[in-house]
Amino acid sequence: MSATVLSTRGLDKSFGSLIVAKDIALNLPQGERYALIGPNGAGKTTLINLMTGMLQPDGGRIFLGDEDITALKPEDRVKRGLVRTFQINALFPRLTPLEAVMLAVCERRQDAGTWWRRLPAYRDAIEEAHTILESLKLGAVCHRPTHELAYGQQRLLEIALALATKPKVLLLDEPAAGVPKEESAELFSVISDLSKDIAILFIEHDMNVVFRFASRIIVMVSGQILVEGSPKEISAHPRVREVYLGRSHHG
Amino acid sequence: MSISTGAVTDPHLYLQAQSRWHPLEFAFWAASILPFFIFPNHLVLASQIAITALFALSLDLILGYAGIVSLGHAAFFGLGAYTTGILSKYGWGDPFVGLLAGSVVAGLAGYASSFIIARFRHLTLIMITLGLGFLVHEAANQASWLTGGSDGLQGVRIGPLLGRFTFDLYGYAAYTYSLIVLFIVFLVVRRLINSPFGLSLRGIRENPVRMPAVGAPSHAHIRKIYTISAVIAGIAGAVLAQTSGTVSLGVLDFQRSADVLVILILGGAGRLYGGLIGALIFIVARDQFSGINPQLWYFPIGVLLVAVVMFLPGGILGGLARLTSTLRSRWS
Repeated sequence: MSATVLSTRGLDKSFGSLIVAKDIALNLPQGERYALIGPNGAGKTTLINLMTGMLQPDGGRIFLGDEDITALKPEDRVKRGLVRTFQINALFPRLTPLEAVMLAVCERRQDAGTWWRRLPAYRDAIEEAHTILESLKLGAVCHRPTHELAYGQQRLLEIALALATKPKVLLLDEPAAGVPKEESAELFSVISDLSKDIAILFIEHDMNVVFRFASRIIVMVSGQILVEGSPKEISAHPRVREVYLGRSHHG
Repeated sequence: MSISTGAVTDPHLYLQAQSRWHPLEFAFWAASILPFFIFPNHLVLASQIAITALFALSLDLILGYAGIVSLGHAAFFGLGAYTTGILSKYGWGDPFVGLLAGSVVAGLAGYASSFIIARFRHLTLIMITLGLGFLVHEAANQASWLTGGSDGLQGVRIGPLLGRFTFDLYGYAAYTYSLIVLFIVFLVVRRLINSPFGLSLRGIRENPVRMPAVGAPSHAHIRKIYTISAVIAGIAGAVLAQTSGTVSLGVLDFQRSADVLVILILGGAGRLYGGLIGALIFIVARDQFSGINPQLWYFPIGVLLVAVVMFLPGGILGGLARLTSTLRSRWS
């Protein structure tokens, strides 16, 4: 088994009396594709918020490789390679995809503080941004304002922005949310084709997609990890079927 | 599939075209020297327009590009003006020394307050900038030993420009000087907004919440642009003090902060030329209407402001840009 790139120990979080994360311990090995599933309100997005620093945990620790990142600011976690996407499109409406990805590339290369050089002078950054967009089939629309793009294209741009930061770990919060079924498989094949150097954890509700693309599955219920295992183990697990998959799953 | 669109699709060429000088820009700056020939008796007014344009440009950097609303921007304008005026009183009347000192003092004040500014947005930010503006105004009012208080600063003596050209009543030197300063600062600002830093500022304006998730230190960016903006506002204040030879509490007035905001919204925020066009319209309108009725000149400005924000959300320049793109798509 390859080295663990992201891990948490005893992560706790509650909002008042509502416990949203309780004693969460997970290990994400390099290059793996993990799915995080669970009913609505199980605390999946909260877990991503905790790991990326958008929320501070009440207790527990988060490690990126060997480094304890529990106290780091979100942007510093991104700089170290822990990157997320958002469930609801959180893009830059009036920037073009090329500009948005350029922004992320320049921030990564520490060029974003430079105000005396013109953007066109950064030829390799432009090249890199354009290559990322082409790889996600956004090359043809890269000069249109983001708010004019089709919904599916905006979901792809979410991923493009994340890739521009050169992540080691990518946390995808329902990357295919709102995308029609046939397009969602396409989106996930793009995701699974991403470099094997990147460890991916994705939240997804469509069980067909989960069983097809995940190498391991983590099931969360009311702020706790119920079980973790291979797709085969999960689909056979009696409590998972009872709690989450219910009768709707024909497996 | 997309080859036949005819538009530039190469990303390098596209970004180059984005930052290239438009023919209208050359026309604009060529027209800026017309007052010397057409309105030689109104050069003082022209100088006021250039100074106000410079002030509006500094506000555009934070409001139009980084999305930071301020109702207290006159504080930096006033600091620049008072610094220059006070220095001249004690013998440092050379325009360049005054300009440098005014911009440094305003910049330091901007840097100090930027730590508060970077942490807030929207209404909170409006109230904070408003409050800081009042504080500076009252401080200048109280420190009458230094500023002359409500009587205005006495004994301002600005030396001649380059040791030769004095700022006189005809405004020839004044307009030349303000225009050159405006143009140089404009070149710097233009470069800035076309830089990676400028792109990150637009990112903050478009979606401040998303910025940390692409690894951007938004607060550091905001501190930096707020300081730069304060420096430019200080330069504008210094130029006003020098060309008019007087400094009074008016440079710190809330009215001045409000006016510059109105000017920028009228012209079009985040468009580089919005503040310049807005200043031209506003100052000329004030000059014309206050000649007719000094009490009521805000009436037409009010009507214009309401009409612009209701019907032209991008300001006058935004409206023109939309018009030309509609016409172009109709013709092609």
